[in-house]
Formats: sequence, C-alpha cells, structure tokens
Amino acid sequence: MSDSAIVSSAAMRPPPPVRRWTRTRILGHILVGFWAAIALGLAYYLYSAWNFDLVARYGPDYLDGLITTVILVLSSVFIGAILSIPIAMGRMSSNRILATLAYFYVYFFRGTPLLAQVFLIYYGVGSFNKELQAIGLWVFFREAWFCALLSFALNTAAYQAEILRGAIRSVPLGQWEGAASLGVPKSVTFRKIILPQALVVALRPYGNEVILMIKGSAIVALISVYDLMGYTKLAYSRTFDFQTYLWTAIIYLILVELLRHLWDWMERQITRHLVR
Amino acid sequence: MEGSIALLGFGEGGWGPSIVQGIFVTISLAVATLPVGLAIGFFVALGKQSEEPSLKLAANLYTTIFRGLPELLTLFLVYYGAQIGIQKLGQLLGYGGAIEINSFIAGMFAMGTVFSSYASEVFLSAFRAIPRGQYEGGYAIGLSNWQTMRKIILPQLIHIALPGLGNLWMVLLKDTALVSAIGLADILRQTAVAARVTKHAFLFYGTACLIYLALAILSSIVISGIDNWAGRNSGATKR
Repeated sequence: MSDSAIVSSAAMRPPPPVRRWTRTRILGHILVGFWAAIALGLAYYLYSAWNFDLVARYGPDYLDGLITTVILVLSSVFIGAILSIPIAMGRMSSNRILATLAYFYVYFFRGTPLLAQVFLIYYGVGSFNKELQAIGLWVFFREAWFCALLSFALNTAAYQAEILRGAIRSVPLGQWEGAASLGVPKSVTFRKIILPQALVVALRPYGNEVILMIKGSAIVALISVYDLMGYTKLAYSRTFDFQTYLWTAIIYLILVELLRHLWDWMERQITRHLVR
Repeated sequence: MEGSIALLGFGEGGWGPSIVQGIFVTISLAVATLPVGLAIGFFVALGKQSEEPSLKLAANLYTTIFRGLPELLTLFLVYYGAQIGIQKLGQLLGYGGAIEINSFIAGMFAMGTVFSSYASEVFLSAFRAIPRGQYEGGYAIGLSNWQTMRKIILPQLIHIALPGLGNLWMVLLKDTALVSAIGLADILRQTAVAARVTKHAFLFYGTACLIYLALAILSSIVISGIDNWAGRNSGATKR
C-alpha cells in the first residue's frame, strides 16, 4: 500500500522542465561573459603592470590612507550619533521653536552637497583666521583633518537624526500606553521598551549610513587630507600609472562588501526572535 | 553687507554672471544624466527580476560594483580611464596626438552609472509591488510581452517608483558637485574661483550651499507636482 503510494507519487511528478536557450538566457550568458572578461582583463593588466618598486613605494602609504579613512569615518559616525540624539528629540518636540530649528538643521545638511559643506567649513570658516586666533580656535580650523571631521560629524548627525526619528516613530503608540498603564516612568519606558525595538528597525539604515560615509569620505582628498583617496591622487599625479586608481577601487569594494556582510550577519542575529 | 551684495551682483566686479553660468552647468549635467541613468537602471532592474540566473548575476554584479565605489573614485576612473583608453586606441590607429576627454561627458557617464545602480534597486522593489495577476491579465487579453510591459506594468511602476526616484534625483543633484574636481565649471567650481580671487570664502561657499538648497526645494515642489499628476492618472491605485 505504502510502496504503491510512493511509486505513484514518483510517477505523478512532472519531469524537470527543459532549460532552453532562450534569448534571455543567451543575453545573460553574454553579459556574465562580459563581466568575466573585464575581471580577467583587470587581473591580467594588474599582473603585467606589476611593479615592485611602485608597490614598495606606495603600499605603506595606501595602508596609512586606509587607516585614516577608517578612523575618520568611525569617529565622525560616533560623534554624529551623539549629536543626532538632541536633534531627533528636537524634531519630535512639541515646542515649535525647537522643532523648527531642528528641521532647518536637518534640511540644510541633507539638502546641500557634502563637498560644499566641507569647503564651507575648511575654507569659509577658516578665512576668519584673525577672529579664530583671538578665541583660540584657530589650531582646530587650521587642520584640514579636523575640518573634515567636523563637517562629516555635522552632516551624518542630520541623517542619523532622521533615522532615529523614523525608528522611534515606527514603534506603535500602544507600547508607550502599555508601559504607562503599568506605571513605568517615561524615561524608563524609552530606555527599556522603545529604544530596543527602535534600534532593530534602525540597524539597516545605520549600516547604509556608515557605507555612505565611507564612500563620501573620499572627498577629503580634495582638501589635502591624505586618506586612501588622497594617497591615490598623490601616487597618480607622480607616476601617471592608472593601476593606482584600480587598486584603490578594489580596496574600497572589499571594504564596503565586508561591511555589508557584517551588517547582514548582525541583522540576522538580532532579529532571530522574529523569524518563524 | 553692501560689499557682499556687490560681490554677488551682476555689476562691475560682481560674480553673479559666472555663478549663474555655474547653476546652468549643474542643472544641465543633472538633467542630461537623468534619462541615461533611468534607462540603464530600468534594464538592470529587469535583469535582476528575471528568472534566468545568469542575467540576475550580471545585473547584481553591476549594482554591487557601482554602489560600492565612492562616487569621486568612479568619476576619476571614468575620466582618466577613458582618457588613457582612447589615447591607446588613437595610437593603435596611428594618431599620436593628445586627446582630451570632455569633462561634461565624463561626469555624465560617471553620475549615470552611479544613479542607475541605485535606480535599479528602486525599480526592482516597484516591480515586486506589482502582482503577477497584472501580467497574466495582460497576456489573457492577448497583449504581447512588450505591450503588457508598456501599457499595464510601466504606468503602475512609475507611480510606485516615483518617491524613490525623487530621492535619487536629489542625491544626483548633490553628487554633481563632485565634477568640480575634474574641472567642470559648475556652481561649486565657480564659487571656489570667486572665493580664491576675492578672499571672501565664507560668503561664496555659503552662497553655493544656499543655491543647492534652493535647487533642492524647487525639485521637491516639481516632484510632488509630478506625483499628484501620476496619482490622478492611475485611478486604479487610488484608494
């Protein structure tokens, strides 16, 4: 009885569909072949253009630049995270003046190019060197690195404030009411009930923001900060060897892909309780 | 204050005309990039939602690469890479002279690839929001593949994708500031020249920021106008 059931179910199963060479399939293979050709061509070019002197001369610089990039991004994201809390609170505040101020802050930093902001702070604020010297801030604004850090932190604070606000808004009002009906004070409700749920929602946008900052940080090369891009520009201007740019592209791609996979892994870890 | 107005004005010694030229360059670069980016993005999204694994792989590689590279690096790769490539080609064909790449074209290509890789994701999620029944309905009344796409899917797709594409337009507008690094005379380049000459850096860079802000506000007005228009025309999706 059971044997015949198995046999009949095997007989009922349709044969696997024949995969024909449709036009889409041919196109797909051509395109994958195209990418493979580019990858092989790139590998061949880098192999044939391999120049030990160049690597020995600029390899340590690249590592140095990579470290500068990572430190710049990490510290500006961290400072931005701290700054974003009062801004997000301002955005959600019922006080009209505070809400408007926070709104304009966010609108300004999200509506203008990061490069223009960096120039405004480095060249613009830096042009008041006499006044800055008088109040002792000139040491800070003289350094391109600090100006880059300041503008990145202010910029990412605006984006992070919006992420935080969206995440807190995404927690249903019932969670507040539930806690209130149990007599939990507001500050404790926020810290222990709202924030943990909001951060799960905010994780992915935060990851995107970090990746955007890594990519955006390349522009500091234009104000003579020697990050990865800065050293690349230097190496190219001295050697006119195009492989300097290709190596940088590979390093940035690896960095971003690593971060993306790290974030996927983190998201899987903290949403385990939601998987059914 | 009066000095600043004279510097920004159109009179003698005023930088108004060159800044207006810069605004024109920025807007024309963004507008020229948009159709290229939208078209490539649409086809990449088609590839990503295809059932053919090889096509999907090719499309995903495109997005991974151009979303992972810094925009400035993409710009330099296109600008210097194309210059070297064309030079090599010229030597192969027996032309030894120096060849300059137009920075507007290079900027358009670089911004277009970046825009399209983001746009493909927006289109993809819009594709996913359209139920299969819409395609099946199209085929059932005898429309061809292409007709179904054009007459049934595309109008809904545009309506769903519009907010995301609007955001990308804002990003594009801001990203065009990078082309000042390869010497294109956009808003930022013109204000930078003015700042260097007059030593009023804060005034000119501040003006540049305000112009970008004004462009962003203008765009959001236009986008919400298009959104209303698209919402009015697709009665089916209105609730």
